[in-house]
Amino acid sequence: MFIPHTEEEREQMLRTIGVGKIEDLFRDVPESVRFPDLNLPPRMTEMEIAAHLNELSSANESSRDLVCFLGAGAYNHYIPAVVDALIQRGEFLTAYTPYQPEISQGTLQAIFEYQSLIANLTGMDVSNASHYDGATAAAEACVMAYFHFRGKRSKIVLSPALNPQYRQTIRTYMVGYENLQIVGDEPERDPLASPDQLLELVDMQTALVIVQYPDFFGRIQDWTQFAARVHEAGALLAIAINPIALGLLKTPGAMGADIVVGEGQPLGIPMSFGGPYLGIFAVKKEYVRKIAGRLVGETTDKEGRRGYVLTLTAREQHIRREKATSNICTNQGLMALAATIYMSALGKRGLRQVSELCYHKAHYAAEEINAIDGYEVVNGGPFYHEFVVKCPLSVEEINNHLLDHGILGGYDLGKDYPSLKDHMLIAVTEMNSREDIDLLVSVLQEVSENA
Amino acid sequence: MLEPTIYELSSPGRVGVEFPAPDVPRAPLPEELERQDLPLPELSELDVVRHFTHISNLNYSIDFGFYPLGSCTMKYNPKVNEAAARLPGFAHTHPLQPIETVQGNLALMFELQEWLKEISGMAAVTLQPAAGAQGEYVGVLIMRAYHVSRGDRKRTKMLIPDSAHGTNPASSAMSGFEVVPVPTDNRGNVDLEALKSLCDDTIVGLMLTNPNTLGLFDENVLEVTRIVHEAGGLVYGDGANLNALLGIGRPGDMGFDILHFNLHKTFSTPHGGGGPGSGPVGVAAHLADFLPEPVVGIVEEGTEEIPPLYGFIRPIKSIGRIKSFHGHFGMAVRAYTYISMYGREGLRSIAEHAVLNANYLLARLRDHYPVPYDRICMHEFVLEGHLPGTEVHALDISKRLMDYNFHPPTNYFPLVVREALMIEPTETESKQTLDAFADAMIKIAEEAKTQPELLRSAPHNKPVSRLDEVKAAKELVLCCWLPEDVKA
Amino acid sequence: MNIPTNLKYTRGDEWIKVDGNIATIGITDYAQDQLSDIVYFEFKVDAGESVSKNAIIATLESVKAAADVSTPVSGEVTELNEALTEKFESFNSDPYGEAWILKIEMTDPSEVDELMDAAAYEKYIEEREG
Repeated sequence: MFIPHTEEEREQMLRTIGVGKIEDLFRDVPESVRFPDLNLPPRMTEMEIAAHLNELSSANESSRDLVCFLGAGAYNHYIPAVVDALIQRGEFLTAYTPYQPEISQGTLQAIFEYQSLIANLTGMDVSNASHYDGATAAAEACVMAYFHFRGKRSKIVLSPALNPQYRQTIRTYMVGYENLQIVGDEPERDPLASPDQLLELVDMQTALVIVQYPDFFGRIQDWTQFAARVHEAGALLAIAINPIALGLLKTPGAMGADIVVGEGQPLGIPMSFGGPYLGIFAVKKEYVRKIAGRLVGETTDKEGRRGYVLTLTAREQHIRREKATSNICTNQGLMALAATIYMSALGKRGLRQVSELCYHKAHYAAEEINAIDGYEVVNGGPFYHEFVVKCPLSVEEINNHLLDHGILGGYDLGKDYPSLKDHMLIAVTEMNSREDIDLLVSVLQEVSENA
Repeated sequence: MLEPTIYELSSPGRVGVEFPAPDVPRAPLPEELERQDLPLPELSELDVVRHFTHISNLNYSIDFGFYPLGSCTMKYNPKVNEAAARLPGFAHTHPLQPIETVQGNLALMFELQEWLKEISGMAAVTLQPAAGAQGEYVGVLIMRAYHVSRGDRKRTKMLIPDSAHGTNPASSAMSGFEVVPVPTDNRGNVDLEALKSLCDDTIVGLMLTNPNTLGLFDENVLEVTRIVHEAGGLVYGDGANLNALLGIGRPGDMGFDILHFNLHKTFSTPHGGGGPGSGPVGVAAHLADFLPEPVVGIVEEGTEEIPPLYGFIRPIKSIGRIKSFHGHFGMAVRAYTYISMYGREGLRSIAEHAVLNANYLLARLRDHYPVPYDRICMHEFVLEGHLPGTEVHALDISKRLMDYNFHPPTNYFPLVVREALMIEPTETESKQTLDAFADAMIKIAEEAKTQPELLRSAPHNKPVSRLDEVKAAKELVLCCWLPEDVKA
Repeated sequence: MNIPTNLKYTRGDEWIKVDGNIATIGITDYAQDQLSDIVYFEFKVDAGESVSKNAIIATLESVKAAADVSTPVSGEVTELNEALTEKFESFNSDPYGEAWILKIEMTDPSEVDELMDAAAYEKYIEEREG
């Protein structure tokens, strides 16, 4: 228990207040609803809850027990011990939002460094202090583009190869924007077709086009020409990225993206059954004053010493209230710190190594799987560390077999794309050894032979 | 310069964490897709450890001292929470695993949903929202979907008390609603007459924080929710101040239709320097079908011997998905741990001691600072930070508190109080800490009269003095580069 | 507080200068003083656009506050002071001169009659300061 009061102190305090007992402090609460009986379990001490949690945790099979080939937006990467050791420092963990800069320089400098690392990694000019996750960062890109054109451009084009959860989130977020049209990902469209088909939808009414790189199917391409075509119509281009891929791949900034969004979880953040993660959001400098969320800027104090403050805060909800373009109030502070430490500890060399390992191992796996009878890799072009496999059986059946062999199989694309029934999305990272991959291949083969 | 940036510390060629060489053949990469340069810093692991340790020491934190930020509920964050969230079965499960392999996670989420229902008096709960502000947006979207589902499309006005957090009007406006402020009466309650005159068949509902941001419980809350319901509106509860109500009163019993929780305030998950938060939303029975997807439910009933099978369920009229996956699970683990440690007997003592502490501080400070709404308060209270006969501001008092090693209260909020200082001690602070804080506040009130310059130039012993915010906003230096890449 | 007598004023602290049926609009010295240092300015309309009375035409930000600028008259926007988007300082240094925001060709010049003159505006400021 974390309440320090002794009986004697309570008495003294009540006397100072001038009431007889604690219950007297609650007279404003209507008697008819006051002091309900709560049907909760009896309290536990730390020792008891620790044992109980251990039991719950052990009821799961984690990526420590299974060989993981599941990705689709969350990835199993190695997290160096230094990341968790530092983010657990109470000075970071138990600080509030740095509204008082004189006593928050640690958090502020860490965010400033995060912004710098993300800008450099993505090839963009400016990063904010982060959004909730990749999906909400994508939704914030739509809001930003809508307000950038003052609501005069009413169309948003989404690639069908943009993560389905991002597309769902965008639709939920934008429901209050009357007259806004969201197009491009209609179910009848072939999700694996060339993205150039989207350009037919881009016109003078288009505010924003969102594509993904690597896309949801793992495919990579140079978006430079595509960006030029989007800009010809006066629209903005957002590219959703995987930050690990950018250890190796040409940056979206170099390809002409106006906005970069992405899921930052691969940067030293555990999968943790889906959250908390990190929403990456970076822009070209001309849009810096349009972005929602926190920004840290460098300045000086009265003695001329360098220091950091939250800046451009007048855009935020606590000042603009109903005129703010976003209601965002937190960022993913601690997760951004984890990513900052991860990128600093790996540095130029380490991040490139991880990025290459994912690439090479995925290509080895794809080649081996493609060689098995009944399976076909259908990406049809360059890919990064995920690829699509057309399977001889339902993905669910295959995954059940894989699980029997201690393998967490790939994502069932048929769940989101009716045309991709029996197609599995397989992710490979540095965590998968050659033996892991060979085991996957042999079980897949066995499944196919027994089918 | 306090501490160089990681870019300034970089030494070309230095290596931190390394990875093994590939155990598979190298695959070619199309040349046009390869990046030529990766401008990240190059540091040793010890460089990294020292750097982040140095800058961490520039922070104030709960672990260091008293943090009486009003409306932020800066209570102690138990260490066992952190250990819990890091158990491998929780930390290393993939969100898309087959449900049969994550029954431990799902059981925990299900049980937490149940507990939050019980604590709030709501009929259904989703854990998906990432933070309080997102929970609010979910609440507003549910209100919208509810009215639309009834064919009631003329409701466009959202009533919001003038003392509300800025996120309330921002969330409403994001959904396309017109924000109509409701005044506060002279006891700090919602002005009932004004409310009645605003309630008609064009209101979406009311967004109410209770206790409100003045730290006062609205004495007429049952009347307020009745008036809004009679006009066909819904009542949204901002759960920012739920710490005052645990075991004291359930918003569901008071007529609230929707409520968001802040796991990072009420249920002790760490603030982390500004996040991650977690903002579950509870709703009354008539709104359960509108919750965002997914919620955790029982998909196969259990028996005496076999536990039920938990899985994800999409409510039939769901407003949709509002983020990736199923919420900030890691935060749910921490909140679950915390609630377990108080349980049925202990939960009410949290609110009791939070309210005791606030009233004790108020009693000690009442004679030294103006109190605009002087009643028994709940878990927090608001003082005026301008002292009669002095020229100092709430900001100066706040900065001077830093010299006494206290974090300042929330200042300039709520907007309905001039020079507001909003103080929330929380239940985890001892009488000794509260006394030391009160002593400092009283001393500062004297200094304001005798040596006002001491306040205006504060803080004096911190890593930096007051920073030039105008320069930051005009020059907009938002990132740094490797020394060799620094552009002119 | 500088309140030129040749201008008209709104309750939202905008000034308006009338020249034939062309109105020039800006924010007052009092407004800039209340906001303190302006760090951002953005137009909310384009040249050639028709605006009606009370429409928001621009937005301003200081480090502590944000304010929208509305037009007190209806008409067509004929000219924007584009230099302002780079030179925020002029709002603070020369609110009635360099910091004019835009010009409108009025469709209903009688709307100007509803506005305050310098004396009335001064009184209005005093009331609020009281």
